[in-house]
Amino acid sequence: MTVNAKPMIATPQAMDFAEPLVLQSGASVREYTLAFETYGTLNADRSNAVLVCHALNASHHVAGVYEGQDKSEGWWDNMIGPGKPVDTDHFFVIGVNNLGSCFGSTGPMHTHPDTGKVYGADFPVVTVEDWVNAQALLLDRLGITQLAAVLGGSLGGMQALSWTLQYPERVRHAVVVASAPNLTAENIAFNEVARRAIVTDPDFHGGHFYQHGVVPQRGLRIARMVGHITYLSDDVMNEKFGRELRDAVVGSATGYKYSTQDVEFQIESYLRYQGDKFSEYFDANTYLLITRALDYFDPARTYGGDLSAAFARTAAKFLLVSFTTDWRFSPARSREMVQALLDNQRDVSYAEIDAPHGHDAFLLDDARYMNVVRSYFARISNELTLRGLAKNVTTPSGGAA
Amino acid sequence: MTNDTLHAMAALIPPGSRVLDLGCGDGALLAHLQQHKACTGYGVELDDTNVHACVQRGVNVLQLNLDLGLSVFADQSFDVVLQIDTLQHLRNAETMLRETARVGRTGIVAFPNFAHWPNRWSILQGRMPVTKRLPYQWYDTPNIRVGTFKDFEVLAEKNGLQVVDAFGLQDGQRVDVWPNLMAGTAVFKFQKH
Repeated sequence: MTVNAKPMIATPQAMDFAEPLVLQSGASVREYTLAFETYGTLNADRSNAVLVCHALNASHHVAGVYEGQDKSEGWWDNMIGPGKPVDTDHFFVIGVNNLGSCFGSTGPMHTHPDTGKVYGADFPVVTVEDWVNAQALLLDRLGITQLAAVLGGSLGGMQALSWTLQYPERVRHAVVVASAPNLTAENIAFNEVARRAIVTDPDFHGGHFYQHGVVPQRGLRIARMVGHITYLSDDVMNEKFGRELRDAVVGSATGYKYSTQDVEFQIESYLRYQGDKFSEYFDANTYLLITRALDYFDPARTYGGDLSAAFARTAAKFLLVSFTTDWRFSPARSREMVQALLDNQRDVSYAEIDAPHGHDAFLLDDARYMNVVRSYFARISNELTLRGLAKNVTTPSGGAA
Repeated sequence: MTNDTLHAMAALIPPGSRVLDLGCGDGALLAHLQQHKACTGYGVELDDTNVHACVQRGVNVLQLNLDLGLSVFADQSFDVVLQIDTLQHLRNAETMLRETARVGRTGIVAFPNFAHWPNRWSILQGRMPVTKRLPYQWYDTPNIRVGTFKDFEVLAEKNGLQVVDAFGLQDGQRVDVWPNLMAGTAVFKFQKH
């Protein structure tokens, strides 16, 4: 494994779109911006592009660090970079911040061109399909007609999957990690708890809190706490925190404070910390929009729930990965996708990694997981080499560029 | 799988077949079938290292536990379903045999033949056999069952399977005379009646 002493430097970019984007709901967004980053070099025949789709709270900053900010690693920096499983020495990797997010692309905190006011709650509902359409427009502008691969975990995996359905001819491989073909009722329920926490915060002001100069931080904190519980497994939480007290009272037999409102257990302290951190940078309206996009995603819906029928359009080759202790996007959900791909005789490989970390595992270093992804991308890279050779054979040397 | 065994198995599979290899190991047979016989299909494997090896080889592999059944595969969706040295690791070998016949038009099963004469000889001496084919001690073997060539004939009959070819395999060579005595490996090719 190559370890680079010097981290890769990432440079955020932005692309403006004047043409309105018509959304699945019928509404549209015009004069919008997509924030994105790229790593590696696009090859001469523009065949080595890999699109990385982000999940709920991530962004276009997938890999590398920003100049002069050593600790600003991208959210999938362990997966993507020079010598890493998705090797930027071979691939041109693109990260895009989705519409409605809060990290640079047009979202609820930006100005509505029609009203001149901040969108707030008026930002239209966006779906996974809408995001994919926007990403496709960005690729058009970058001159990329076909992706070597689209890659994503969780909600990002849903986008990768949707790419193979919306633009089958534009995707050669799809890598779908810890994802699902739709959310279960339990999963929607967790999202709803998070949304209610935000919406019922007195500082939410119906989504127009910006003009009141406040942020519904209490709601965001609770939303994040609920989310965090579902990203971990029972085992890992017990192993990490158990019943440990944060500051046991000295001289007491139990160590308890006998208080209902103070932080008593370590797990409480951890969740509060995660909630606080999140509420300082994440936008409340974005949280509502993105959880809704998760709820709505269901490509089988227009096929009477028949996922195999929905997948008939796919043309890509697939790698699916799930983690045994992930109860939010369980292996059973990945197996549903495997089955639907088998029904259509598609090329698919599936790794079910026996990792203890729950849903979070998709962002962590597990050698088995990393190796499978690394080898899969090495295969894609070999295919690129073969394509290049085939091209050189058919194209006379010295021909027109 | 030795190279001889691999070629002996490959010889049983018609070119262009859609193949499901249950317990495909490192994917060597599937890779061979793809490259030399224009076959397509998938391997099923539980072991992480083998799954990785398959991905490296460019073989479609599905990490599934065969003891949980073959429910992801549709009826008659493969030309050939292979169980090469898989049967002896399964909790319910009979269920898997029926599932093999459901999913594939033809099934091919290969497993160590416990009635091979060196094994009989060892048992006569009062000891469990330790051979090249069954290299484990009785207390550390990963095989949860042993069976014989003849045993399988009975099981196939019981499940209404029509055996279209059956032979022994010894040192990579086909054994048609007294396979139950003379071969370390039993091979059956069968179809549903």
